[in-house]
Parts: sequence; C-alpha cells; structure tokens
Amino acid sequence: MSKLNSIAISDNGFLFKPSTGESFTTNEIGLIILNLLKEGKTHEEIINSIMEEFDVDEINAGRDLYEFLDFLKKENLID
Amino acid sequence: MMNKKIYERPVLRKVVEGIPNKFGSLKRLRPIEFIDNVSINSLIDKYGSPVFVLSEKTIRETYRSAYRAFSTRYPKVQFAWSYKTNYLDAVCRIFHQEGSWAEVVSGFEYEKALDNGISGNKIIFNGPDKSKKDLIRAIKNNSLIHIDHFDELYTIIELSKELEETPQVAIRINMDTGIIPQWDRFGFNYENGEAWNAVNRILSTGKIELIGLHTHIGTYISTSKAYEIAIRKLAELANKTYERFQTSIEYIDIGGGFASQNTLQGAYLPATDTTPSFDDYAHAITTAMIAEKFPNNIAPTLILETGRALIDDAGWLAGTVLANKRLADGNRAMVIDTGVNLMFTAFWYDHEIYPVKETSFQSEPTTIYGPLCMNIDVIRKKIDFPLLNKGDRFVIKRVGAYTMTQWMQFITYRPNIVLIDENEEVHLIRKEEDKEVFRRQELIPDHLKND
Ligand SMILES: Cc1ncc(COP(=O)(O)O)c(C=O)c1O
Repeated sequence: MSKLNSIAISDNGFLFKPSTGESFTTNEIGLIILNLLKEGKTHEEIINSIMEEFDVDEINAGRDLYEFLDFLKKENLID
Repeated sequence: MMNKKIYERPVLRKVVEGIPNKFGSLKRLRPIEFIDNVSINSLIDKYGSPVFVLSEKTIRETYRSAYRAFSTRYPKVQFAWSYKTNYLDAVCRIFHQEGSWAEVVSGFEYEKALDNGISGNKIIFNGPDKSKKDLIRAIKNNSLIHIDHFDELYTIIELSKELEETPQVAIRINMDTGIIPQWDRFGFNYENGEAWNAVNRILSTGKIELIGLHTHIGTYISTSKAYEIAIRKLAELANKTYERFQTSIEYIDIGGGFASQNTLQGAYLPATDTTPSFDDYAHAITTAMIAEKFPNNIAPTLILETGRALIDDAGWLAGTVLANKRLADGNRAMVIDTGVNLMFTAFWYDHEIYPVKETSFQSEPTTIYGPLCMNIDVIRKKIDFPLLNKGDRFVIKRVGAYTMTQWMQFITYRPNIVLIDENEEVHLIRKEEDKEVFRRQELIPDHLKND
C-alpha cells in the first residue's frame, strides 16, 4: 500500500495526492476503508470490521468494497 | 447486542478544478517507463522494436474482477474465453487456468482450444462457418454447438442420425435490444419467430438436445440496459420451450460485447469516464436474470463470452519514432514504426500513446502516422503531443484485444510478443517472423526458377 502512504488523508475525508495535485473527497465508510488499507489490512478483515460497526451484511459490504477499490485503482490511488 | 450504525456505501469524488497551467496546454503527458516494473527500454533493447507486451498480472486481475462482479450476484456463472479476441496460446491458457471455458468460431480455433488442454465439453462452438468435419468432431467431443442458421441445423440433424449420437446444441438468437446496428446476420431472429421455429425443429427431432440459448448483441455495448432486454427475450423463449416440450434450458449465454476503456473516435468524453464497470454490467445482467422466472424456478447457468473488456488493458505496444515532418499545411507529423498493420483498432479507437522517457513541457498538435506506404495508416490525428525525436521510444496503451489476431502482414514482419509473468519475468510467447516463415509457404514453379 505504498501509494496510499504518499497521499494526505484528512479526518474529514479530504484526500490530496501531491504527485499530481489532484484532490478527492470521501465519506465516513470510505475513510474507514482507506485507513484500514493504510494499516495493511486484508479485504476480509476490512469487510469484517465494517460489519462489526455498521448494519450491513457480508455480500453488500463486500460488493461495495470491491467497487470502491476499483475506483481507487482507476484514480491510481492504489496498485 | 450492540446497536450498529447506519451503513452508507463508500464513495470517492474527484475535486475538479479546471485551472489551466501557465504553459497553455492542459496537462503534461507523463511518460510511461515501466510495465509491471519491467523497463520498456530494456524490452525494446532485447526484443526489438516494435514489440507487443502482455501483462499476466493484469489479465488475471481483470478476469478476477469480472468474475467477482458476476459471481457475487448470481449463483451459476461461467466465462468462456473468446478466442478470436486474442488466441495466443499463452493468453488462452491463463484464462483457462482461471476457470474460463473456450469460445471458438472456426475449426482452427477449435483445434487451438483442444491443444490448450480444454476438454471438448467445455468448448462453445459459435459462428456461421463450421464444416461437416468440424461438426462431427464437435458432436463426438460433446462440445456445445451454437447453431447459426437452418442449413447448419439440417446438417446436424443428418449427422445425429449417421453418427447415432445426441448432439448438444444451443441456438444463436439475434434480436432488437435497441442497439444499432442490430447484428441480424448471425443466428435466428427473435421478433419474426424464426428462433421459435428453430427450437421447434430441433426438439421435434428427438435426436438433439437443446441445452442453451445464445445471443451476442454486438460489441462495445456501452449501455448495460441492452442486456436486460436480451435476457427478457431469451427467458420468454426458454419458458415457451418448456411449456411446449418440457425441456429446460440449462444455460443462457449472453455473449460478449462489454466496452473496454479505449475511447471511440469522436466520443466527447474519455472512455475511462464513461465505460460501464464490470459491476455495472453485472448488476444489470444478474438483476434481469433473477427477475425473470425460468421454468421450475431453476436458475440457468449464465455464460459470458467477454472478449475485449478482459484483455484490452493487458496489452501494450512499444515502438520507436522514425521521423518528424512538417506537412504542407505547416502541421507537425510524426512517423512511428507501428501502423494499422498491427493496430487495426486505430480505425475506431483514439489509442493512448505515451513517451517512454520524460519530455519537456513543450507539446504541439501532431498527427501520428504508421510506417506503411498507405494514406490510411494514421494512428492519431492532431493530438497534443510532446516533441519526440527520431529514435525516441513510445508505448501505446490498451492494445490487447483483436490486434494480435486481426493484424496483417503487409510489407514487413510481425514483431515479437512477450508476456510479463506475475513474478515480473519476461517470456517470449510469439516469435517475430522472418523471411523463412514466408519462404516456407511459397512455391516457385520450375519455369521461374533460376538454376
Ligand atoms: C459470438 C461472439 N462472442 C463473443 C465475442 C467477443 O466480443 P467482445 O470482444 O465484444 O466482448 C464476439 C465478438 O465478435 C462474438 O462474435
């Protein structure tokens, strides 16, 4: 997750990528996912911690996570 | 139990500013130096210029994200690799290792699939051109024969008697899904009742098993809605078939057609912003599959023959600048060593081309030509491009689909193709041609030989 470490992520969900000058905004769940990714958590671990904290089942949490990851990839924020 | 918080799906939005930089051009084209951490310069040094480069990592990741998109939403999903999109053996074997069956449209592709270790009952045989010999082999191997027209159907009926075997077939169906052009030259038409006639003809013989319904509504379908319409029509036919013959259709094959992230010429926005994701397609298709009631409430297997969207991103073409020119009208032109001979796709895509090394901020509207002595050999028209010099290298992105099968051998040899594996090792998977390749194919009549 070296790419994510070079990105400034603020507590209110604002992301800044110094290498390109691009910025992004995300919501609460997005922020949680980004921070867990930074900690090197696996996708399963991320899904589990979301399920623990939020009212969501595994299928939906998983589907949304993978969509989110695809988006991060598209924006070159993760590998 | 503790009260859980209300869940909201994660979102990410890009903040768009629109501040042009002081050099006038909107953004500087960043060079691409590496593919999977392998330097493009080292690949050209070793394998020559031009060279096609395939990323095994990208192929597997793309396949897995497509498979995940469907399999997390629908219980029975099977991909069949569309050979025509890229039938290099190494590529096919990667898809087969991932679990894909083979989708072939000719005796040649059929033989390739067998050689790649796929068993006959996992080969889907499509297309209008199946010889009698092809059909006999396919019947004996229990392959899934997708019938294209009545003449083929009658040949299969005859063969089922001759061979005393029960062929397993599906019919290909064309229909109006709102997509233009309608691919009505393949298969049996839905709206005019031809498809229903074919079903009747097949099942009234009692000698042929109708196990699937197939459609391929077109290629580069950028609206997932069309698939919903197709599924509704196929489901209706499946139900009608069950009511009349008590035959359950085991699978619905929705064909290929997902758009890749290459931008079509004339498109207003880049395809990376507009192309539906696998999740978008999967959502539309599986929602439609689940909404339809199939006979006995048994969900048929969903087969996908996705081609371009699974391989385009994994292919790259690296090459060298041959010359720079000024055209008569003063515009800049750059001639490169890869033309439409290797990229048929340049006729409809705006291929993305990048310098391999850092360039200055300067750029100029440039038309990029291939090396062929033909006026149609244009790779990009008037794009803002940095000033590369003769001998500088470039790389073209997303050329994995249809290039390495539709390429033509015109005035020069076809180049090496290498595969970068997941450990970043480079493998030559197709050798460049040389004059012996062509000499072997040609025969000189005695009276033209110089002794
Ligand atoms: C029958 C059939 N299946 C699958 C494909 C693959 O289509 P695509 O590359 O658009 O996914 C094609 C392409 O023409 C086809 O004709």
